[in-house]
Amino acid sequence: MAVASSAYKKVLEGDQQPKEVLVKIDRVTKKFDETIAVDDVSLTINKGEIFALLGGSGSGKSTLLRMLAGFERPTEGRIYLDGEDITDLPPYERPINMMFQSYALFPHMSVADNIAFGLKQDKMSRLEIDARVAEMLKLVQMSQYAKRKPHQLSGGQRQRVALARSLAKSPKLLLLDEPMGALDKKLRSQMQLELVEIIERVGVTCVMVTHDQEEAMTMAQRIAIMHLGWIAQIGSPVDIYETPTSRLVCEFIGNVNLFDGQVVEDAEGHALIDSPDLERNIFVGHGVTTSVQDKSITYAIRPEKLLVTTEQPTCEYNWSRGTVHDIAYLGGHSVFHVQLPSGKIVQSFVANAERRGTRPTWDDQVYVWWEDDSGVALRS
Amino acid sequence: MNISRSISRRLPRGRHFVIGVPFIWLFMFFLLPFIIVLKISFAEAEVSIPPYTDVYTWAEDKISLVLNLSNYIFLSEDDLYLAAYLGSLQMAFFSTLLCLLLGYPMAYAIARADKEMQLVYLLLIMMPTWTAILIRVYAWMGILSNNGLLNGFLQSIGLIDTPLQILNTNIAVYIGVVYSYLPFMVLPLYANLVKHDQSLLEAAADLGSSTYNSFWKITVPLSKNGIVAGCMLVFIPVVGEFVIPELLGGPETLMIGKVLWQEFFNNRDWPVASALAVVMLAILMIPIILFNRNQAKEMEGRP
Amino acid sequence: MKRYSFSTIMLWVGLLFIYLPMLILVIYSFNGSRLVTVWGGWSLKWYIGLLDNTQLMNAVMRSLEIACYTAVAAVALGTLAAFVLTRVTHFKGRTLFGGLVTAPLVMPEVITGLSLLLLFVAMAQLIGWPAERGILTIWIAHTTFCAAYVSVVVSARLRELDLSIEEAAMDLGAKPWKVFFLITVPMIAPSLAAGGMMSFALSLDDLVLASFVSGPGSTTLPMEIFSAVRLGVKPEINAVASLILLSVSLMTFIIWFFARRAEDRRKKAIQQAMDESTGAHLQNGPDSRRDPSQIHAAA
Repeated sequence: MAVASSAYKKVLEGDQQPKEVLVKIDRVTKKFDETIAVDDVSLTINKGEIFALLGGSGSGKSTLLRMLAGFERPTEGRIYLDGEDITDLPPYERPINMMFQSYALFPHMSVADNIAFGLKQDKMSRLEIDARVAEMLKLVQMSQYAKRKPHQLSGGQRQRVALARSLAKSPKLLLLDEPMGALDKKLRSQMQLELVEIIERVGVTCVMVTHDQEEAMTMAQRIAIMHLGWIAQIGSPVDIYETPTSRLVCEFIGNVNLFDGQVVEDAEGHALIDSPDLERNIFVGHGVTTSVQDKSITYAIRPEKLLVTTEQPTCEYNWSRGTVHDIAYLGGHSVFHVQLPSGKIVQSFVANAERRGTRPTWDDQVYVWWEDDSGVALRS
Repeated sequence: MNISRSISRRLPRGRHFVIGVPFIWLFMFFLLPFIIVLKISFAEAEVSIPPYTDVYTWAEDKISLVLNLSNYIFLSEDDLYLAAYLGSLQMAFFSTLLCLLLGYPMAYAIARADKEMQLVYLLLIMMPTWTAILIRVYAWMGILSNNGLLNGFLQSIGLIDTPLQILNTNIAVYIGVVYSYLPFMVLPLYANLVKHDQSLLEAAADLGSSTYNSFWKITVPLSKNGIVAGCMLVFIPVVGEFVIPELLGGPETLMIGKVLWQEFFNNRDWPVASALAVVMLAILMIPIILFNRNQAKEMEGRP
Repeated sequence: MKRYSFSTIMLWVGLLFIYLPMLILVIYSFNGSRLVTVWGGWSLKWYIGLLDNTQLMNAVMRSLEIACYTAVAAVALGTLAAFVLTRVTHFKGRTLFGGLVTAPLVMPEVITGLSLLLLFVAMAQLIGWPAERGILTIWIAHTTFCAAYVSVVVSARLRELDLSIEEAAMDLGAKPWKVFFLITVPMIAPSLAAGGMMSFALSLDDLVLASFVSGPGSTTLPMEIFSAVRLGVKPEINAVASLILLSVSLMTFIIWFFARRAEDRRKKAIQQAMDESTGAHLQNGPDSRRDPSQIHAAA
């Protein structure tokens, strides 16, 4: 299901607002006994943006989030919020609120009491609290459920309450821990849209943690990909998908075909890569900086940019012969697994634009090819 | 260092209070008393209040520590004590075994019953533990005595002519111990068995294992922690049991709890009673450590 | 079709073994004859006789008083200990602490009793306190070993609580002690109640510890019963025992009733939520609060 991504929209429109830094994470390291969960991470988060920490389990993304919330204390490094050092502040003194993966609603309190809990800690007057709770309930469209207990709510409703509770104190920073983790797939895409809408309406800065790349790309304006405690790349969803800076990032996000090779010609405007897997050289439309000793490089190309034809391409570079090894029909598109003469199998996505067209089938001789600027050359 | 600092930051001053109160209480009223028992086991009995001599004395700027080993020598020389220790261990071992044989199928049946019945069964098993052990043992006195119900019943159906002597024998003690400690075997076993994933047995059956084979190869090994916990909860207290041998046992029933009681209350020999306790504790040290480890394992959910 | 497996049969045999002697005891408490083995017709005279037995009634009152104090103190102490065991993971002497908490569960009572008595005697000699042994010393002894039971029950509950609920409260600005009283305690309330009732029952039942640490004039009910039955079966004791059995059964029934009702309510609530959220799937994990294994303690 397609979800209108505000991040994508902003990239296309060009974000003109001046960027003001809200959170600064300065060389933070976290060790648990001897294992390093977060390793010398520095990053900044701008006011008003939705920032995603994306990574697998054990990547340190949750630990980083918990350090922002104050549940863990960095072993080294400092964390600043709005220029103020909050590293040593306990969670209950930080103007930061979190929506937990399990939602962590207080089971013995009603929906309204859950939302009011944080406000009561601030010693607000009864009237103010009631007004704020009503406002929050309205925001998440849960007004009619105010008296319910959490176990009388469905998963999606619980999430709304959890969101309302974490927004009630108007935090400077909202943390979302795997926001869709407890929902089933269908509900997810719907709630993603809703969540972003509410967050943008409130205008709160938000850091989310997720292992689901689709979720990160849909919701966030910027994504940091974490791996083994360090940040592999930070950028907009488009940056990360289209111009990954490392093999790790492009393998982590989406599918990719990788060709290892040597740079054989390196000029100002182009470069040629010779890969043992391909019969023809790879042409890159820009210079590639390599060292004199080490000419090895990896060329990455996404399956949807790798095209399959039955006729031999006329260009000199960027193609290879192959045979169809396997086809997976996925409805919207099919995945062709093409075996190259070297034995390497590459993937190609072919859109099923016609209901029944003549297509290459198993064991057919085909050609794979791509445009000059379709892939990226990776140094690491 | 950092971890503890971060916690203490979160529990400002409270941390010391939270750890300190139970720690000091348990230290004062559980650990320290054992040290005193150890000390007094090295004293001599004396007709005074309290009825023992001081182990160390302070005179002429000298502290003199006199460790009197005679209590321990006395214990080792008198066969009565050795027999009592052996009797207790034997009683504890066999009654633990009987409890396990009876308790395992019971726990298994409860764990397999449907949810609502599980609650009923559990309460039925637990209810006796909330009733004084004294009363439950007492109930058997009326049943087992020479002119009691059991003998009356057996005589009336003509199975025996003269009453069987059951009360005041070891058999009565076994019955009493198994009766009183059965719930302590069933409950940890149930707690363990109910957590088992039923699909493991289905997988085993799917792979061609018979029900009998699956039980011994899968259920029993997986319930190891429960078995250890149950056995320890029966074995350790039974070694020191006093009420049951006192009420149901006879002169042939030599158990260390009873002997200790007599030394203390009847002979007023506190040092010998202390020495008996020290030796008993030394014997039970290994099972107790085993139990504590097992408890920690079970709490962390390790197999 | 219902299959009666070996284990089910054993369960019924076991339950029969447990309950038959108690049933017999209750029946014989209504026996009109002084000879305990001869049935002399139904009678209430042993029960009526109890009311005149002031010594026994005093012991009952004393035991109830101690049991009340013990339940309160053991719940407080045991909950603290459980909290330390489950929430404060790193501190010096944690292993020792864990051992001290669980060891009283299995320690033979004669050892605990003897050692506590010697402690009280030594303390009285050294600092003059406790000047005399009685309700206070029995209370200390009972609290120590009941707290172990409470801490096992409560720590089992604490361990399965979603830690993020407490974190959420802290995140929303509640200080740790507030989190404990506003969030943690209400969530573990059933375990606290179970621990309190268990402590009450254990204290009421204890003979050995009380015999060691009591002083003159502080005889508890089990001590009275013990001195009476040492020499054989007595009809008055049958009556006392039956009354105790009756009150425990009543208590058990009440527990069952409330557990049942809570379970029914929970099911209804889930049903209600399910009916309303059309299309949206429910994410209802099994609610562990009503898991029967929770009610049983460490026992």
